[in-house]
Amino acid sequence: MTFAFHQPATSPEAVALLGSIPDSTPLAGGMTLLPTIKQRLATPAALIDLSRIPAMSSISVEGDTLAIGAMARHVDVAESAIVAAAIPLLAKLAAGIGDPAVRNRGTIGGSVANNDPSADYPAAVLGLGATIVTDRRKIAAADFFTGMFETALEPDEVITSLRFPVPVRGGYAKFKSPASRYAVVGVCVVQSPGGVCVAVTGAGPGVFRVPEMETALAGSFTPAAVASIKVPADNMSSDIHADSEYRAHLITVMAKKAVAAAIG
Amino acid sequence: MSNIIGIGESPRRKEDFRFLTGRGNYVADMKRPDATVGVFIRSPHAHAAIRSIDTTAALALPGVEVILTGDDVAADGLGGMPCGWGISNAEGVPMKEPAFPMLAQGKVRFVGDMVAFVVADTLAQARAAAELVKINYDVLPAVVGVLEAVRPGAPQLFDDVPNNLCCDWEMGDKAAVAVAFRKAAHVARLSLVNNRLIGNPMEPRSAIAEYNAGTGHYTLWTTSQFPHVVRFLMAALVLNIPEQKLRVVAPDVGGGFGVKQFHYGEEAVITWAARRVGRPIKWVADRSEGFVSDRHGRDHVTEAELALDENGKFLALKVHTLANMGAYLSTFGPNIPTNLYAPLLGGVYTTPVIYCNVKVVFTNTVPVDAYRGAGRPEATFVVERIVDVAAAEMGIDRVEIRRRNIIPKEAYPYQTPMLVEYDSGDPMGCLEGALVAADVAGFAERKAASEREGKFRGLGYSTYVEACGLAPSRFAGRLGARGGLYESATVRVHPTGQVTVLIGTHNHGQGHETTFAQIISEKLGVNFENVDIVFGDTDRVQFGMGTYGSRSLVVGGAALSKAGDKVVVKGKKIAAHLLEAGEHDIEFKEGVFSVAGTDRSKTFQEIAGAAYVPHNYPLEVLEPGLEEQAYYDPINFTYPGGCHIAEVEIDPETGIVTLVRYTAVDDVGTVINPMIVEGQLHGGIVQGVGQALFEGAVYDEVSGQLLSGSFMDYTMPRADHVPNMNIQTHSTLCTHTPMGVKGCGEVGTIGSPAAVINSVVDALSHLGVQHVDMPATPNRIWRIIQNATMPQAAE
Repeated sequence: MTFAFHQPATSPEAVALLGSIPDSTPLAGGMTLLPTIKQRLATPAALIDLSRIPAMSSISVEGDTLAIGAMARHVDVAESAIVAAAIPLLAKLAAGIGDPAVRNRGTIGGSVANNDPSADYPAAVLGLGATIVTDRRKIAAADFFTGMFETALEPDEVITSLRFPVPVRGGYAKFKSPASRYAVVGVCVVQSPGGVCVAVTGAGPGVFRVPEMETALAGSFTPAAVASIKVPADNMSSDIHADSEYRAHLITVMAKKAVAAAIG
Repeated sequence: MSNIIGIGESPRRKEDFRFLTGRGNYVADMKRPDATVGVFIRSPHAHAAIRSIDTTAALALPGVEVILTGDDVAADGLGGMPCGWGISNAEGVPMKEPAFPMLAQGKVRFVGDMVAFVVADTLAQARAAAELVKINYDVLPAVVGVLEAVRPGAPQLFDDVPNNLCCDWEMGDKAAVAVAFRKAAHVARLSLVNNRLIGNPMEPRSAIAEYNAGTGHYTLWTTSQFPHVVRFLMAALVLNIPEQKLRVVAPDVGGGFGVKQFHYGEEAVITWAARRVGRPIKWVADRSEGFVSDRHGRDHVTEAELALDENGKFLALKVHTLANMGAYLSTFGPNIPTNLYAPLLGGVYTTPVIYCNVKVVFTNTVPVDAYRGAGRPEATFVVERIVDVAAAEMGIDRVEIRRRNIIPKEAYPYQTPMLVEYDSGDPMGCLEGALVAADVAGFAERKAASEREGKFRGLGYSTYVEACGLAPSRFAGRLGARGGLYESATVRVHPTGQVTVLIGTHNHGQGHETTFAQIISEKLGVNFENVDIVFGDTDRVQFGMGTYGSRSLVVGGAALSKAGDKVVVKGKKIAAHLLEAGEHDIEFKEGVFSVAGTDRSKTFQEIAGAAYVPHNYPLEVLEPGLEEQAYYDPINFTYPGGCHIAEVEIDPETGIVTLVRYTAVDDVGTVINPMIVEGQLHGGIVQGVGQALFEGAVYDEVSGQLLSGSFMDYTMPRADHVPNMNIQTHSTLCTHTPMGVKGCGEVGTIGSPAAVINSVVDALSHLGVQHVDMPATPNRIWRIIQNATMPQAAE
């Protein structure tokens, strides 16, 4: 099996290549794509490597917004003083993804575009109400994640950055799979001037919110406020590590821990 | 400068320099000129008939040398993979032993079963060709669990193996046990599962095979724990080639744990193919391939009953086990759940009568064989769990019930009711030592502290014994072994007085190059750095049965010790001649031969020089040279044992079990290198903790697919899963091995699962929990807590 390999220097160039080469795929950190290719589950005709586009990995604060380039690696986010000052929960979340090897290669844009149901970032993107900026438009988090491994992205569309409104406070807690270290359940709780958002990853086929918890936390932003809220197990995932009832239960446990982390 | 490093010292490991500096010599690193690459096509189905295999398109690809299938194996009249043990039922009827072809013939029986072998110039070409081979399967219903496999109407793996039953095996006195149960004041009952494990050594299995058409010699480099046995089995029973024309080399091997102590079909196929292709062939398994082709371990379903008198004294034990063999009999397969299991059901206790029935069952899963501990962790788990159940039911303290039943030190040698005779041991001493070392007295306080944090804390004991140092050949032969189980060593003293040891065991992490050098350094008085250990090459080492069953030091070290003794005996003869004294007046100490009571002496080096430059030498009565060989066949197994104490904390909210303390006081006999023994204990215990808390191979019951087929889903224990461990020894000396050694490679894995699960059950005992199956995952523990604390539904 062979494929062409392109390393564009700008994002418009990357988009042009993706638009013109049939069966081409953007390559970010490759943490999912490369194993998939190795197992011959994916056979792209061309890989468009985004790692040589410097503008895509910058991290900055503009007013009340933290902007993170799509090619910022997990380790960059985890160790960024800017992120730690603006939205500490994001730095902590990034520091808990996979292992050092994964964090040294994997990127925020790659993770969000892949939308693995057990990935950490989707919970923060939805929880913080981030905006996904692509080469052609801005997409609200609520409209972005459309299903398991599915997003609102067009086939040749590239995420260039993510813009996170700086919240009042927030926290992320996850129950790691002891084998893979993916989130069996990860809960991101964010308090903003507009209200509270509780976003859950890992538990179901895609990231989702828990309105009942959000209402309770809007009244009292304490772990106790969510402690007795049970999430129905009906739509939860089930696998050899965690059945659906256990996952539903863990949402409450992780929500409490996330609130505690937010309060600090 | 003299640098004799002997028994009881802990020098740094000789082998670590090359490993830590990236200079190890592994099969996958080797390059042979003009080598091709081989890829195995494996069955994607658990059970299917092969209708047709079409290789036309694949063979047309560039670089493809050959594609071999089961038809080619049959056309060449080659044998199947041999089983090294033949067990029988109580009436003497031999086990069912269906053919295990090198490449599937007509049918596949597990996901991963080998269907074809593709050889091409490059790996990419071989993989591309493998994808183009068209295999037409008729998928058949599959069965993966033992309970399901023996049910009427279950899918049948073989036409001539009714009910998938390989053997209905038993040991012990059934009638005496029945009598004892009738007298019992209390009977404890326990149903348990011993979870299926995948060894996952760090280095995947790999091989290179080469054929020399000029001489007719084959060479196979392979990741094996026992290259001589591979040579014997493959030459004599599989490929029908002269044994002297096959060289098997197992160079540095990155971990075995049993996974590499079998003769695998891949080894035979690649060696056979190398001759057909006429070029060397290299195969390196990828990790996914390892999951579905490395032999798995454990996988028992067991019902046990323990009869006790009113004082908690054990009267009898009855055990019925269904053991999963997987789809075929692997090299040691049927021996593991029978001969290495039932004899240990007495544990360290005086239980007078025992009966064990094992139904050995075929299923559509990877063949099951020995994995570190092999049979003995399963036995220990049954015994140590049911002892705790009995104690709880009778209201007797768990330590007290053990004290009442432990074999006293004075009673050794102790004949158990299950064939084996323990030569030595002091289980009570280990228990008492462990109670102190683990600060059991302080447990109540630690438990109260945990409770204040909302956590459950538990303590678990495992007072265990195992049988290792495999094995007395005559004894093993009576039990069904088809080979011997001795070991051999050659001590080659060079003219300089420096020494090369050639030994039939295999070092793949155990530190033999250090331990064995210490034995010779002390025995011959030569410097530690002047002793090299050679192993793993059938063209260099005379013969050997390899490394498994904690046998290397016990059996191989004994052979080495005896060979060293022979060198000293010959050295004394030479010294007597040179010093003009009687042979019996020569003393040998710390590398110096001297005439007793005089200052006349010769160094070991001088004697070696004289042996190879025999100008002044008793040639009439003594051959020149200084090289001695010994074979050693043990007269009994060795019986290491000890007491392990685990302490866990459980978070009832998540079900997470955290191992917070671990103490082991083990009797491994003489300790040659304390550092290495401690390392072996560490590794063994972590593997046992892995079984208890994390690991479990899971098959889909319908499709027979391995659901835990990668590290994403199979949880290996990691460094952050275990606390610092308190490892101590309380040794009694083995009475029949030359140095008093007992072996230590498997004790950690044997003692620990029961200790951990007993601590988990203890932590949950206030909820009425009597047993927890392995692995005690968070989900499983949470579910148990939920079930125990949920208000009972109204009738």
